[in-house]
Amino acid sequence: MSNFNSADIAAFKDVWVFCEQREGKLMPTDLELISKGRDLANELGVNLCGLLLGGEGIAEAAKELGGYGADKVIVCESPLLSVYNTDAYTKVICDVIEDLKPEAFLIGATNIGRDLAPRCAARLHTGLCADCTHLDIDVANYIQFLRESSTLDVDGQKWDMEDRNLKMTRPAFGGHLMATIICPRFRPCMATVRPGVMKKNAFDEAKAAAVEIVKPAFELTEADLKTEVVEVVKAAKKLVDLIGADYIVSVGRGISKDVEGGIKLAEELAEVLGGVVGGSRATIDSGWLSADHQVGQTGKTVHPKVYIALGISGAIQHKAGMQDSECIIAVNKNDTAPIFEIADYGICGDLFKVTPLLIEAIKAAKAAK
Amino acid sequence: MKIFVSIKQVPDTSGKVAVNPDGTLNRASMQTITNPDDMNALEAALKLKDETGCKVIVVTMGPPPAAGMLREALAMGADEAVLVSAREFGGSDTYATSQVLAAAIDTIGVEDDDLVICGRQAIDGDTAQVGPQIGEKLGLPQITYAADIKMDGKTVTVQRMLEDGYMTIKTQTPCLITCIKELNEPRYMSVGGVFEAYSKPLTTMGYDALKDHALIDATTIGLKGSPTNIFKSFTPPQKGAGMMMEGADKATCEELAGILAKKHII
Repeated sequence: MSNFNSADIAAFKDVWVFCEQREGKLMPTDLELISKGRDLANELGVNLCGLLLGGEGIAEAAKELGGYGADKVIVCESPLLSVYNTDAYTKVICDVIEDLKPEAFLIGATNIGRDLAPRCAARLHTGLCADCTHLDIDVANYIQFLRESSTLDVDGQKWDMEDRNLKMTRPAFGGHLMATIICPRFRPCMATVRPGVMKKNAFDEAKAAAVEIVKPAFELTEADLKTEVVEVVKAAKKLVDLIGADYIVSVGRGISKDVEGGIKLAEELAEVLGGVVGGSRATIDSGWLSADHQVGQTGKTVHPKVYIALGISGAIQHKAGMQDSECIIAVNKNDTAPIFEIADYGICGDLFKVTPLLIEAIKAAKAAK
Repeated sequence: MKIFVSIKQVPDTSGKVAVNPDGTLNRASMQTITNPDDMNALEAALKLKDETGCKVIVVTMGPPPAAGMLREALAMGADEAVLVSAREFGGSDTYATSQVLAAAIDTIGVEDDDLVICGRQAIDGDTAQVGPQIGEKLGLPQITYAADIKMDGKTVTVQRMLEDGYMTIKTQTPCLITCIKELNEPRYMSVGGVFEAYSKPLTTMGYDALKDHALIDATTIGLKGSPTNIFKSFTPPQKGAGMMMEGADKATCEELAGILAKKHII
C-alpha cells in the first residue's frame, strides 16, 4: 500500500459507513448513518458503501444495509473479526481504505466507534471530528441549516458554493457552542456520529435486492492482535431505550427530598404515556439512576414526541440533549428555572404535588378519547 | 515500572459559561479545573503506585499556567511532572496534540513494563480521541473506557465498558488505557503532599526539546499541522419559550391534559 497518500485528494471518492455489529447483529446507528450517508453520496454524486467486518456469514447483513440506501457493502469476514478488537479492526479497515480510497468515512459514536475511529485517523494521517450531530456537503443546505440553527448572519458572509468538503457540526464546551469542522487537506474525511441523531430512511426492498457485495482481499493473523478479548458480558438488567422512546419523563435534582418517591412518580407518569424514565446528570452522578437513563451532552440526545422534565433546572448541558423534542413540558418550583425558556408548557409548582394530578388528568383525557 | 498520566487543564463547563459576541468562548471569565476523567486516570496510576512502588509521571500540553494543575497532581502523589509548552504547539487539533504528547512521552522513554493512562475524554471538546491517537503514535495497544484495571506482572486485565455490558480485555505492558469515572474515586491532596509537591521535579519541554523527534514536523503540529480546521462556530439558538400555565393545581393539570389530547400529542 505504499502509494497511499492522504493528501492526494483527487484520488479519493465514495462515501463509506462503518457498520458495527455485535454478535452478528447490526447496530441501530448503522441504519441511521447509512440513511445520512445516502444524502451525502447523492450530493457528491458518488456511491455509498457500507463497510462490514465480522465472522463467517456476516455478509448476510448486507441486504438490510442496501435497503436503507447502500449501493455496495464491502465485507471482510474472518473468525478474528467476529468480536470487536481494536488491533484487528484498525488493521483491516486501514488496509482496505488505503486500497479503495473513500473520500468520507462515517462511524457511529458508540463506545466501540470512538475506540476505533481515532486509531484509524492517526494511522491514515487524516482528520477526524468526534460525535457529530449534523453533516452537510452542499453549501446551500449548510446555509439553510445555519439559518435555522444559529444566530450567524449568513447573508453577510461570502460563500464558496462549489465547496465539496464535508462540513461536520458538533457541540463543544458542554453544548455552549456549536462548531463546524472541516478537513480540507486530507482524505478520507472522518466523522463519528452521535447515535439517535440522524433519521432513518424507509426500507426499500428493491434497493435491498440490488445491493452489491464486494469482498476485498486482506491479511490478518493472530500475531496482529496485541489485545485479547477474554469475555463479553451483557448487562443483566435490561437497559432503557431513551433514543427510541416517543415519551420520556425525566427527573432532576428536584427529587432530592424523596428520591425513591420522585422516581416512582416519574415511572407512573411514563407508564401512563407508554414511555420511559430519563434523568439529568445530577441524578446519575448522585447514583439515583443508572447511566443508561442520562439525557444531555454527556448522556443521550433524544427527540421524543413529548419530553416531561420534573424538577430539572435546565442546565445547558441537559438542554443540548433534549431541546429538539417535539413538545417539552416542565414542572419546577422555581419560576426562573432555565428549563421554562424552552418548554412548550410550564407549570410552576412542587413536582411531588403536581405529578400525581397530572397522572390522573392524563389518564382521564386518554380515557375520554 | 513507570506510569505516564496524560492530563489536561480545562474550563469548568458545568458553571457559568460566557460567550463572546463573535461566538468564541470567553475563557478569561471561566474557572479552570483538571479535566474530571483525567483525575480518575491519575488515581488509577497512584493506586498502582501504592501497590507496586512504581513511578508516576504526569504530562500535559498547554500554556504555562497549566503548571499549577501539575503541582496539584504532584501534591496528590505523582513523582514528576512535565509541561509540554510552546507557541509552535498552539492551535493543535487532536491529531497534532497526540503527535506532540507522544513525542514527549517517547523522549522520556517508554520501557517494557510501563503504562500510559489517560482520561476517556476532556469536557471542553468531548472528543475522546487524544488517548487512542497517542497509543497509535507510540505503537502501543490500547484499552479504552476502563472501569477496572488489574495488573499481574506485565499482564494487564481491564474491564472495558460497552453501552450494553462490558468486555474483559487482556494485554501486556507497555500499553495505553483510557479511564471512565466509574473506575475510582480520586483522592484529595494531603497537607504533606502539598508541602512535598514543591520539591518534586516539574520540568518544561519546549519546542527545542522535541523538534528533532521523528513525530515532530512543522507540517504535523500546531494550527498549521492540524488536519481539521474550524469552519464556523456559533451559539445554538434558544427554542422560544412556550406557555406558562396558570396555577399548579388539579384544574391546571386537567387544562394541560386537555390541550395535549386536543393536539393529539397524547
